[in-house]
Amino acid sequence: MASILRIIAQRLALGIVTLFVVSIVIFAAVNLLPGDFAQLILGQGATPEAVEAIRQDLGLDQPPITRYFQWLAGAVQGDLGNSFAQANFASFAGTDVGTGQGSVAAQIAPRFENTMFLAGVTAVIAVPISITLGVLAALYRNSAFDRTANILTLSSISSPEFFLAYILILFLAVLNPILPSLSNIYDGMELSDRFIKTLLPALTLTLVVTAHMMRMTRAAIINLLASPYIEMARLKGISPMRVIVKHALPNALAPIINVIALNLAYLITGVVVVEVVFVYPGIGQLFVDSVKIRDIPVVQACCLIFAAAYILLNLTADILSIISNPRLRHPK
Amino acid sequence: MKNISRRGLLKTGAAAGVLAATGMPAVAMPKKGGTLRLGLAGANSSDSWDSRTHSDSYMIMCGHGAVFDTMTQVAANGELVGELAESWEATSDAKTWTFNLRKGVTFHNGKAFGADDVIESLNMHVAEGAKSAAKPIVSAITEMKKMGEHQVQMTLKAGNADFPFLLSDYHICIFPAGQVEEAIAQGIGTGMYKVESFDPGVRTLLSRVEGHYKDGKEGWFDQIEVIAINDSSARMNALMTGQVDAVNRVDFKTEPLMKANPMINIFEVTGNQHFTFPMLTNVAPYDNVKVRQALKHAVNRQEMVDKILLGHGAVANDIPIGPANQYFASDLPLNEYDPEKAKFLLKEAGMDGLSVDLSASDAAFPGAVDAAQLYQASAKAAGINLNVVQEPADGYWSNVWLKKPWCACYWSGRATEDWMFSTAYEMGVPWNDSHWENARFQELLLTARAELDTEKRRGQYHEMQAIMSTEGGTVIPMYANYVDAHSTKLTNSGTIGNVFQMDSSRLMERWWFS
Repeated sequence: MASILRIIAQRLALGIVTLFVVSIVIFAAVNLLPGDFAQLILGQGATPEAVEAIRQDLGLDQPPITRYFQWLAGAVQGDLGNSFAQANFASFAGTDVGTGQGSVAAQIAPRFENTMFLAGVTAVIAVPISITLGVLAALYRNSAFDRTANILTLSSISSPEFFLAYILILFLAVLNPILPSLSNIYDGMELSDRFIKTLLPALTLTLVVTAHMMRMTRAAIINLLASPYIEMARLKGISPMRVIVKHALPNALAPIINVIALNLAYLITGVVVVEVVFVYPGIGQLFVDSVKIRDIPVVQACCLIFAAAYILLNLTADILSIISNPRLRHPK
Repeated sequence: MKNISRRGLLKTGAAAGVLAATGMPAVAMPKKGGTLRLGLAGANSSDSWDSRTHSDSYMIMCGHGAVFDTMTQVAANGELVGELAESWEATSDAKTWTFNLRKGVTFHNGKAFGADDVIESLNMHVAEGAKSAAKPIVSAITEMKKMGEHQVQMTLKAGNADFPFLLSDYHICIFPAGQVEEAIAQGIGTGMYKVESFDPGVRTLLSRVEGHYKDGKEGWFDQIEVIAINDSSARMNALMTGQVDAVNRVDFKTEPLMKANPMINIFEVTGNQHFTFPMLTNVAPYDNVKVRQALKHAVNRQEMVDKILLGHGAVANDIPIGPANQYFASDLPLNEYDPEKAKFLLKEAGMDGLSVDLSASDAAFPGAVDAAQLYQASAKAAGINLNVVQEPADGYWSNVWLKKPWCACYWSGRATEDWMFSTAYEMGVPWNDSHWENARFQELLLTARAELDTEKRRGQYHEMQAIMSTEGGTVIPMYANYVDAHSTKLTNSGTIGNVFQMDSSRLMERWWFS
């Protein structure tokens, strides 16, 4: 157990270093993009004086390195700052920046919650389906069932997300109006309404992630089926289903957990297209909008959340594989 | 493309008025009730109820179109009518204006509306540090005097006959005096609808105010849910599947599909929005008026309307004044596509041929690069070698517009001639994107501004438009329509405003469920 704790501590420390590097890369990348916040927000009204005034208000006239360290100093104290859009709005209207509402944290929090809700609903649907499909495919491998499942899941993962989304809208919202095509969830909505509104995007994402998890489950199990201990179990005369679920699956858990973790991370960080198609107010839309206007504080915060999601989920996956494997749990 | 003239609109509006006055049954009597659901583009996560910052359709509709009122408003038939001001009069030099305010109006928090609210709300635009788009309007006022609880007198620096028109601007909403910050935070106005919940860039829920001064005339829906849908296919889908009752900015490419749907009506008006190609008239070769005229005759305007706007627009005649303006000169001879004439004009300028660069990017207007390429093809027949320079969309307004000698641009137009001209065609103003300087034009601009006699003004603005059309430095090939769509469950008076999209952004007040 002590070794696991040591691993967690090590990985978390490394994770912080990774986040630091990510923040530098993102900051540099956004600065390399042509145009800055002042020019993009002003659009046609970008006279040199107006651009200069906004740059001064927001401190954009200072060199990038100074700005980065100012941001970092705040970030290590847990203050992610105010978004440029809000700070600019406040100076536009001649008021002070609201400390509560305008802060990046307050802006991101409800969006992040929505994203987690969508990821959660998707995971609850997708993970059991993929593992069941994977186990069944391994059991009846090379049968018509196995091939059909493979063809369907592989074609859905090969199609672009927006295409899957439109296909689902066509069949489930336009031709047979069963589900709403608009997932405009909001605060104070009944949980059941929220769930129904989230269903179409969740189904789209299920189609996207199922193939990966199902194929990994199938491959990991089939890989084990040639091992001597499975042979032994078969010779004892237990049923093929039991062989797979009781004997093969526990040993195949490590790679399956890994692929599930990867897909969960994708559900948190990579669903912007689905969010746009269904008008789902998640963090991805906020992120893209912020990149468009070069709102660096929001972009930085979103990226850190994305990176942290990957780091934490990978860490969880590794810990779970260690726990699921007695050989790793009790190293000699 | 049918050109909807302002006069035509006025006629239908007047006819409707007569019908109503004689007590004859109108097409349909408005009916109260129902929850209107709108899917609107133009929402941002930085939206707020501060009308000084409003610039996109979502907040323009929710702000002055529902929650707040302005002093005056442009009715659907194009006429200027009072909203919070009941009547107004000016001294003969158009310098001092007296507004009589509506009595018995209350804000959503119960505060009574009066002269103080008007004065404080207007002063918001010139407050220290405020960068309101309506600042030029308000800073022209030298003095605001409270003449009584319901009367305000405003004195201007120089006469301006359009002043009451300017007060219909969507930035100049009236807030409760002494409670402005609270009103901005919660959305407290005098409008037909009050805010139930507001999630910036996501969703707004409004409900009708009981006992409102517009009762029986406007505001038929019980509740309004305004959903932010910036993605155009998602917006069209939402209307097709009945998730919303109306959407703005119909995607031209899916418009035929929507037209085929019997449950959906497309409504389209030609307003003042126009796409332009300004040349810097103090840079060679554009300093030569013959060259400018040759270029005006080298563009096939109808082709642009057909191919760039897919028919959703009208041919424009190099003037920035449109059908939604009062003194629009629709009878000027059109600068038609005539390659021979263009060649002849170039010869007169002493040139054999012409080789010019046209900078364009889709940041200027959707389809700008394609439009420039069409221009290139049509100009070729006139012996003009037009080289299209594709500029990056990022920083287009900072690095290309006002800098490159010839580029693509757009203007949404202004409610009055003076406002449009003084924004982009007056000598020395920062947005004069063609560096246009014409002594006669400038003189007329200043005289017309203070002229209260409508017929005299019409003549002056007519002459200004004629000068722009023949000599001006901006090629304006087309007006782009406002194209919106609604479910057949919704209906309206039959007259749709063309100052802005969605019935001049006042659909929430003016429409009802049939």
